[in-house]
Amino acid sequence: MRQTLWRPWLLKPGVFGASLIPLAVLAWQAVTDNLGANPIKEITEQTGLWTLRFVLITLTITPARRLTGWNRLIQLRRMLGLFAFFYDGLHFLTYVWLDQFFVVPEILADVVARPFITVGFLSFVLLIPLAVTSTTKMIKRLGGMWWQRLHRLVYGIAVGGVVHYLWLVKADVQSPLTYGGLVALLLGYRVWAASRRRRQPVHMPRRQATLRT
Amino acid sequence: MLTRKASEIKASEITDKTLYLARRQFLRTASTTALAVATAGVAPGLLTSGVAAQTGGNVLEARKSLYSTEEALTPYKDVTHYNNFYELSTDKYAPAQLAKTLRATPWSVVVEGEIAKPAVYHLEDVLRPHTLEERIYRLRCVEGWSMVIPWIGVPLGEVIKRFEPTSKAKYVAFTTLYDPEQLPGQRRAVLTWPYVEGLRMDEAMHPLTILAVGLYGEVLPNQNGAPLRLVVPWKYGFKSVKSIVKIRFVEEQPVTTWMATAPQEYGFYSNVNPDVPHPRWSQAHERRIGEFAKRPTLPFNGYADQVAHLYAGMDLQKYF
Repeated sequence: MRQTLWRPWLLKPGVFGASLIPLAVLAWQAVTDNLGANPIKEITEQTGLWTLRFVLITLTITPARRLTGWNRLIQLRRMLGLFAFFYDGLHFLTYVWLDQFFVVPEILADVVARPFITVGFLSFVLLIPLAVTSTTKMIKRLGGMWWQRLHRLVYGIAVGGVVHYLWLVKADVQSPLTYGGLVALLLGYRVWAASRRRRQPVHMPRRQATLRT
Repeated sequence: MLTRKASEIKASEITDKTLYLARRQFLRTASTTALAVATAGVAPGLLTSGVAAQTGGNVLEARKSLYSTEEALTPYKDVTHYNNFYELSTDKYAPAQLAKTLRATPWSVVVEGEIAKPAVYHLEDVLRPHTLEERIYRLRCVEGWSMVIPWIGVPLGEVIKRFEPTSKAKYVAFTTLYDPEQLPGQRRAVLTWPYVEGLRMDEAMHPLTILAVGLYGEVLPNQNGAPLRLVVPWKYGFKSVKSIVKIRFVEEQPVTTWMATAPQEYGFYSNVNPDVPHPRWSQAHERRIGEFAKRPTLPFNGYADQVAHLYAGMDLQKYF
């Protein structure tokens, strides 16, 4: 069965479609008046949570690829990262449009005076250069090393997203701490992988390694 | 030198401001009601019952009150399905689902501290001498949303008088039931259980402050703090403590649960005040449940005429 259904080319469009499900659910709830007593708060929370989830899924690609050896996963990373930006854009738009109704002084006051909004806003702003430089053309223009350095911003963005969430809840920190734990795990893996690479440089002599690339 | 004799009217004879405002409100209501009666030719349940019961069960008869607002009511479904009741869950939609484990009858209330006769009362005995009133009040949550709720209850001040507080009774502390079996949210230490709230004596005695036992013409649903809760309409919602099992009269200002949790964010008074932002959100505006655009938040939640005098001379930025 699996062999008859599975087509490698299905992976990307399949994940693309799946990534739109949260938006479809929200839209459906909005149309059928099922967003609860406080719809704007619901939309804000859902788009925020999905932003964080897509950041985490994107950060999972590299460890998952290394651990499973399934290299095809790398095809998904850019798209998933862009979905994080997409949901963050919706989250931001919900705030400035539906919640604050474009009252700029109030928004600015919020960004300056409320630490959780400052951190959330900063994380969103930092995602913009990553989205802009996500095209193949931009990767080439920046060069792999600089591109990679720039895109390490995503680690900070993930931490920022969790802090944003943690600082906005009143007392029940269970959910933000769970996301915090997952971010710690994903970043911890990278620290561990980097230290391992430093300790046992490469399995083969460096010269040979450069020859192979 | 012109000397003026002190007024011959004693201070006690001057009509209280809240009373005369209430009278004006009464005249206005009375004239509209008369008009309505004249045009409709009927007076369904005039002054004996207010908002009709929604589910048909456990109906409460209550007298209408001049303290009620005429603003549009928040739908019953939202009032009873969007609840901050951390003892059940921190998810606002969950209490309505989880509340069936709470056993609201029989219910007793410990009344103790600086009063003549400390005792344990059956809920019925707390209420018996009083006439139930419907009070349609605005409720403003500290999170920036608000509702208009037709409560049913009795003025707390009248109940307190029966307890005969001593001169040492400067504050009243209220305690919510602690029983993780009935209130499963208490299995997690989200807050320090049991939940404690408090009022200064003059706030507790104020005619706007009520002990509620119902809403929308019927007995209080469990998720709204059955069977007995406080309603203080000029303060943020969390001051209106739910499922009360203890009322204690004390000399010192009690430490409330939210004060203990985050003293820089929640003060003892917690009066609705658009000019004192919560560290994490502005309090200048609120979203009325069911409305799209935010509306400005009013000082003391629109009850300034009745209660502002309680805080005369106090720095409300300091005593937030």
